[in-house]
Amino acid sequence: MRRSTLILLKTLTWIACLWPLALLVYGALTPEGLGADPSARIALSTGYTTLVLLALTLAVTPVRRLSAKLAWLARFRRLLGLFAFFYATIHMLAYVALYSGFDVHTMLDDIAKRRFIMAGAAAWLLLLPLALTSTTWAIRKLGGRRWNLLHKLIYIAAICGVVHFWWQVKTGVLTPLPLTAIIALLLLARVAYALWKPQKKKPVTA
Amino acid sequence: MLILKPSDIPSSAITPREQYLDRRRFLRGAVAVGAAALGAERIAQIVSPTSGVFAGTRLQTVKSPLTTTGEDLTSYQYVTSYNNYYEFGVDKSEPAKNAGRLPVRPWTVRVEGLVKTPKTFDIDALLKLHPLEDRIYRHRCVEAWSMVVLWVGYSLSEFIKQCDPLSTAKFVQFLSYYDKKVEPWAGDSAISWPYSEGLRMDEAMNPLTLLTFGMYGETLPNQNGAPVRVVVPWKYGFKSAKSIVTVRFVAKEPHTTWNDQNEQEYGFYSNVNPNVDHPRWSQKTERRIGLPFYAQRKTTLMFNGYGDQVASLYKGMDLRRYY
Repeated sequence: MRRSTLILLKTLTWIACLWPLALLVYGALTPEGLGADPSARIALSTGYTTLVLLALTLAVTPVRRLSAKLAWLARFRRLLGLFAFFYATIHMLAYVALYSGFDVHTMLDDIAKRRFIMAGAAAWLLLLPLALTSTTWAIRKLGGRRWNLLHKLIYIAAICGVVHFWWQVKTGVLTPLPLTAIIALLLLARVAYALWKPQKKKPVTA
Repeated sequence: MLILKPSDIPSSAITPREQYLDRRRFLRGAVAVGAAALGAERIAQIVSPTSGVFAGTRLQTVKSPLTTTGEDLTSYQYVTSYNNYYEFGVDKSEPAKNAGRLPVRPWTVRVEGLVKTPKTFDIDALLKLHPLEDRIYRHRCVEAWSMVVLWVGYSLSEFIKQCDPLSTAKFVQFLSYYDKKVEPWAGDSAISWPYSEGLRMDEAMNPLTLLTFGMYGETLPNQNGAPVRVVVPWKYGFKSAKSIVTVRFVAKEPHTTWNDQNEQEYGFYSNVNPNVDHPRWSQKTERRIGLPFYAQRKTTLMFNGYGDQVASLYKGMDLRRYY
């Protein structure tokens, strides 16, 4: 891929990733721009964007494996992953500020009593070390193998995120279904690849 | 105590009349377009002059000492576009789009069960039964959001007196309108219809319990429970049944829709109580609808702030057990 094409695609990715935040900021600055329940709008929008970005991050590797021509997709994985963490952080801060009212007691109470908040907190905590070790320096320092192993945590984080979504909606409401199906498919694609991937040549023993 | 006169309600809290009349015209247009896709029979039903006039009828009201003071009213726009009315869709924006199909005229309310003689009241007779009062109430949803609404109606007790319930009647049950041809969205959830709610007799007789026909000076919009509903301001919103067709006096606690759905989350009493959490969230605070995100959070009051009038109803009861 030419360098100019890459720069163009990265710019477009940045714009696309910042778009949901731009809509919220625009809404917050316009009278009644966030609708009847602005706190809920902020929380739901940032939470949903996090899961969409996690799904996109998880899509990079399986899609790339479809063809050698798609190898360049790997260059977008870190950007998407970091944006997922970015929205997860705003989502978590929206809870801290708008729902718990910065009250530590309320937060601890929520985490202990409410399983959907527990699952959400777990997802964010799992993403934190991945964001912190996303630099090239950290990859070198950790070594490829260990870094890879650590970053497998994204699978658990994504599952926690989806569970958090299901536990948050009322019984019988099916809004989380499409994202759940997509993330499940992307995780299953990895299992399938591990089972059927081209076997490495084993050294021939005499 | 601060008593607000209508002139003290900040003009910013009131949607201009032209604006919401416009909205209604738009809705009527939308209904007409929708009707074109339906049978001719239904078109007549939906766009007939009677129902059209009814939807926007101004109501003659008198002042009430039971009105709540010192709160900014939630705008008419939000009260009519942010609704839980599952028969017309599970999303809060759906009832405003779909409830136009509710046939609010002719309408009768059937009174049955433990009464001297079962009766049927026509909606027009109910409107004239007692002078209509303007009552501002806080409205607290179990989902932890709240509004302040100017309702129009009279105390349910005035109506109950006309029903001649027997002394054996300990509870009153309300059944909402249900027709799956009119409300196909009812199938979007696992709820069994019609919607059923109930009150203990002394709760129903409390003067705060309002038999409600209108809001903001006019007849109720369909999505808010036209043509007649109850409003029980010290209980979570789902206790206030909409579009009532049957009032049944019974000896035992009646089954209620959300309690059937999830007993742990929605008790029969469901009094607003900051000390009893909903399993999925705290009820200590609430989000006031229509305020900016940084100003929404408010402390939830015991009995939604109506403790002076209703706390005595629950004397000696463990409200953690009877939530």
